[in-house]
Amino acid sequence: MALGLSLVKSREKTASSLLSAWKFFRSMALPVLATLWAIGFLLTFLSPALISRAVGQNSGWQGVVIAAFFGSIVLIQAFIAFPLAGSILRQGASVSAIAAFVTTLVMVGVVTAPLEMKFFGKKFTFWRNFLSFIFALIIALIMGAILG
Amino acid sequence: MKKIFSSKNLLLLMGLATIIVSIFDRPKAFSVLLSFKTYLLEMLSVLPPILILIGLFQVWVPRKTVVKAMGSSSGLKGILMAIFVGTVAMGPLYAAFPLGVSLLEKGASLFNTAIFLCVWASIKIPMILFEIKFLGADFAGLRLALTLPSIVVISFFLNVILKGRNFYEKT
Repeated sequence: MALGLSLVKSREKTASSLLSAWKFFRSMALPVLATLWAIGFLLTFLSPALISRAVGQNSGWQGVVIAAFFGSIVLIQAFIAFPLAGSILRQGASVSAIAAFVTTLVMVGVVTAPLEMKFFGKKFTFWRNFLSFIFALIIALIMGAILG
Repeated sequence: MKKIFSSKNLLLLMGLATIIVSIFDRPKAFSVLLSFKTYLLEMLSVLPPILILIGLFQVWVPRKTVVKAMGSSSGLKGILMAIFVGTVAMGPLYAAFPLGVSLLEKGASLFNTAIFLCVWASIKIPMILFEIKFLGADFAGLRLALTLPSIVVISFFLNVILKGRNFYEKT
């Protein structure tokens, strides 16, 4: 829709914006492809059942850390992750562990890190993910204290 | 280092790994390729609108506007702007990377771009609804209340660590 509007306003500018979109596409095609393939591997070998077994029953800080690690590594869509997290919670996992899992799941991405590096550099990627991980643990502990 | 982890090699590695897996466990290899295909299709459906948006953004939005709204002297307004832009858009985190870069190119501060990325990753209105449904309103609300300030603090540290350097900004 915005594209149509742009086309009406200026044909040249629209063409150049499409050109820059295409350039962007070319620069990111290969790393994106590799990343998606890696995700395929992860989803195959780290099944939801495996995750729930690892953090399901054991609580305590170890469960929290394990959950945070799992959340960092796997890349699941939120629409699958929340039902999964809910079912693990009902199986007796601690609130902290689930909070750690959900938070690192969305904020920390080990699989997407190479891609992130390509766009923002190594230092940015490392620190963003590292800080997010630490804060996910803090959030998890606070939540465990309040709701647990 | 850089050479070993180039995307081409990474792709080759994936191909090789898939072949090896298929020798030992054929269904597993199929499942790898199947998830790959699923995510590829998802990516292809998400990407074109985002790329077009980026293209339009680059051509139409003047640099001055971005600097004013999200530059290093934008203060609280810049933070709110970054949060707003991050929440409304849809799509996985990897779709936000190119958008973040084009924000940097247009003169948004590193601090605000980091906020944008983190918010994009963690705070989405449909996602929050989903979280409420499966984990309860207490859980979702508290997590949201804790995540938002954390993001600001994380971005603040990031900005300090990287000394606010903006590699993309052309001066």
